[in-house]
Amino acid sequence: MSTPCLLDATDRALIEATQAGLPLVPDPYGAIAADLGLAAEDVRARMSRMQAAGVIRRIGVVPNHYRLGYRANGMTVWDVDDARVMALGEAVGALPFVSHCYLRPRFPEVWPYNLFAMVHGHDRAEAEAQAAEIRALLGEACRAGEILYSTKILKKTGLRLGRAPAAGQGG
Amino acid sequence: MTDHLDATDRAVINALQGGFPVSERPFAEAAAPLGLTEQQLIDRIADLRARGVLTRFGPLFKPEALGGEAVLCAMTVPADRFDAVAEQVNAWPEVAHNYARDHTLNMWFVVAADSPRRCREVCAEISELTGLTVLPMPKLHEFHLDLRLTA
Repeated sequence: MSTPCLLDATDRALIEATQAGLPLVPDPYGAIAADLGLAAEDVRARMSRMQAAGVIRRIGVVPNHYRLGYRANGMTVWDVDDARVMALGEAVGALPFVSHCYLRPRFPEVWPYNLFAMVHGHDRAEAEAQAAEIRALLGEACRAGEILYSTKILKKTGLRLGRAPAAGQGG
Repeated sequence: MTDHLDATDRAVINALQGGFPVSERPFAEAAAPLGLTEQQLIDRIADLRARGVLTRFGPLFKPEALGGEAVLCAMTVPADRFDAVAEQVNAWPEVAHNYARDHTLNMWFVVAADSPRRCREVCAEISELTGLTVLPMPKLHEFHLDLRLTA
């Protein structure tokens, strides 16, 4: 896993220049290099390095789930035995229909669930069948679970990161 | 919202949710196995973006690797204030996503900032402005993140 100190100012400039997207031209890395006053080889080398280091998860198209017909986007949440959640989380994450799987904190009295797995169905029946598969995999280590469907996207701008804090502003 | 995706649209979406090359002519490289020309692939991606089928095309950065943090937060918002609170919350540039969900905790948003400290500040500011409790649910562990939707 990478650490932030691997990134220099040029890497950060590159992140800022590309996080909204790559230009749709035959040589997109060359176009970015020209904009930033860098050599095209340098831009490609830095992109490859950031990808190898995990700073870039992947490069490609990001579809809108709804527009692909995935109308039942469910956040399944589970209260899983702490002693077993690490192994079971790996197994849930490996299911082909689970897109994201995280361990998160519980809030006593308010929120008992520690394992989150996102599922995507064309309709709620498909999402519920996926949730049932997760429930079966968790077995008796799971005390309870729910599916929270998103009913409306209130905002989706994506992440906008990478701007180095201005010098002298303190931590 | 009903979109007609033809076979080429689907092939592009299914093939390119990752693995776009870092090279001098990446579109040409990615187009070849799809039986497309470089320009056909560029036009196709531009069209899918313009139609909103794609939200983005390019690198996906991992916030933690940039020294930043992204924290999922949940709130219980009274129904009669829901739209007004959504507007308040969305006004923070650090709020990257916000979803209404059918649960007592009915508003779920992601606060992404350059530092964990700024994330905490934003949560506190939102709580203060709205008068509502913000439950921050940071990732304690990530088991998998490899979204591949089939078009």
